[in-house]
Amino acid sequence: MATPQTISPNLGDRLRGFQRSAGNIAAGGGLWAAIIGFTVWAAFAERDALTVGIVLGAILALGAVGLTLIFGVLKFAHFAHGDSMMLSAFIAWLLLNGIIVGERAGSETTLLPVTINDLPGADSAIWEFSFGYGLIVAMLLTAVLTAGMMVGIDRVVYRRLRRRKSGIVIFAIASLGLAFVMRSVILIFWGPTPRLYTPGIRNRIDLPFDVSVLADQLFILAAAFVVTGIVYVMLFRTKLGKAMRAMADNPDLALISGIDTDRIITWTWAVAGCLIAVAGVLLALQAHLDSELGFALLLPLFAAAIVGGLGNPQGALVGGFVVGITQEVAVTFDFLSPGYKFSVAFAILILILLVRPRGLFGERS
Amino acid sequence: MTKTQAAPLLEVKDVVAGYASEVDILHGVSITVHGGEMVAIIGPNGAGKSTLLRAIFGLLAARRGQIKLKGQDVTNHAPNELVLRGLSYVPQVDNVFPSLSILENLEMGAFIREEGLAERLEYVLSLFPDLAGRRGEKAGKLSGGQRQMLALGRALMLDPNVLLLDEPSASLSPKMVDMIFDRIKMINAEGTGILLVEQNAREALSVCHRGYVLAMGENRLEGEAKSLLDNEEVGKLYMGT
Ligand SMILES: Nc1ncnc2c1ncn2[C@@H]1O[C@H](COP(=O)(O)OP(=O)(O)OP(=O)(O)O)[C@@H](O)[C@H]1O
Ligand SMILES: [Mg+2]
Repeated sequence: MATPQTISPNLGDRLRGFQRSAGNIAAGGGLWAAIIGFTVWAAFAERDALTVGIVLGAILALGAVGLTLIFGVLKFAHFAHGDSMMLSAFIAWLLLNGIIVGERAGSETTLLPVTINDLPGADSAIWEFSFGYGLIVAMLLTAVLTAGMMVGIDRVVYRRLRRRKSGIVIFAIASLGLAFVMRSVILIFWGPTPRLYTPGIRNRIDLPFDVSVLADQLFILAAAFVVTGIVYVMLFRTKLGKAMRAMADNPDLALISGIDTDRIITWTWAVAGCLIAVAGVLLALQAHLDSELGFALLLPLFAAAIVGGLGNPQGALVGGFVVGITQEVAVTFDFLSPGYKFSVAFAILILILLVRPRGLFGERS
Repeated sequence: MTKTQAAPLLEVKDVVAGYASEVDILHGVSITVHGGEMVAIIGPNGAGKSTLLRAIFGLLAARRGQIKLKGQDVTNHAPNELVLRGLSYVPQVDNVFPSLSILENLEMGAFIREEGLAERLEYVLSLFPDLAGRRGEKAGKLSGGQRQMLALGRALMLDPNVLLLDEPSASLSPKMVDMIFDRIKMINAEGTGILLVEQNAREALSVCHRGYVLAMGENRLEGEAKSLLDNEEVGKLYMGT
């Protein structure tokens, strides 16, 4: 019966191969050791910062998984990711309250005749959370709307560029343009004032091991967990998800296999749109609604996706936590003021690009 | 084998194609594959063999000429339409999805059709028992030979009428080459027409019914495989005799 072919490279090749793989293990293993060591240390020394880092990491992970999916299937850097997240957060806010700011800042006008908060009991707090079921309904509705919005943008902008066989730089610049458009839309409709979904106090919950978190942060973690689970099942158990991974792997072969690549692209935008919406609403719940926040988030999002290896969804998930935790814990050091948070993401990004450009999970090509 | 009088499975007539505009690589190539036939295309490096397969499969526009599949015009049809009509293609390189498992690779081969998937999978895995035992493993981890088997398997998932193969034996050990050709013969015996591009002229002609010699983007010679094997010009040019 067939036996696998035996390859006998000469000694020099073999030595060089060994050297290369040893280097890989050292760089990879070294990074892993540093990540785990840092996290364990933080668990003892900076427990509060670690907790916040995990929450932020979960949000970044959701965003980065969407970013990496888009990169995998469409092969371009989606610079509108952060701003789409924030626009989604504002859409959820509109659905909840129906409010947009009038022509003169401060004079609020109600836009929608019916809002989610008009539903009976929609805004009365569940358990220890600061919000009622209305926010969850708004988040789900926003996911549908954002999915539609992303598919619509693809039809109007990116599909045209694909038909013209534009280069990836054109795509990336187009997405940057859309990022500015989205931020302007937020400023036009809601102004520059930061907002919260709900006023009122945030309850703290004490957990074992001297950990205390906001109840809302537990919700963020749970929601991120559920959404990640759904995306995982979609990517690895459904035909559609497998086709997305196939396209990320080898777009030409996907075409040759008869896969309808246009349809897969549409679905990719829809899935990314859902991830964007959930990540955006959770971000606004953790921080606040702010027109500037989306763009600022771009750097940590890309850092997370690149740490995991661009195009690799599991990698982006881990990358999100790595960046989130490192950011929060690092600024507890005396020499780093909290204002340097995003520069930590930048440092991680550069470190990874230098030491291991294909990311923690990237396979050697 | 040329006795079939029905419309040929695949008919390529005077196809002109190229990559850069204004620069033609194929200058009017014609090829025919009849039902049940196994046809070799041989020729030196850069002759345009791969380019011809890409043009047939709709990956490269045919600037002139005509391509017919089972008597119907399919010139410049999109690959997913050709797959539906019973054409399959295994490219020369990058012919598996490396981060997908073996099973997922095969599933992707049957993306456009659901029914009969299980039976087809069973058939393909029985053809390549090496793959059957490792179905959960990533394709990127396979050896060159196994990768080639998987690429063939993927292309077989829809039970195609015609299979286009681009140098399936390239860079394989002699033992593997025999095994791959053996499997291709088995696939052909099941009734699938095969268009086989090969550098390995002697080996290809010894398994095929007919052959074409392509050079500089033009038909140079054609005929029964046996007669091409004995042909002095072919011998001199491609087999070093
Ligand atoms: N993507 C491409 N863009 C531009 N020119 C190309 C491209 N691919 C091939 N060519 C050119 O087309 C000509 C034919 O190439 P082709 O790959 O079809 O030859 P081949 O007969 O398959 O050769 P080989 O035996 O080496 O595979 C060559 O001159 C090659 O340089
Ligand atoms: Mg070739």
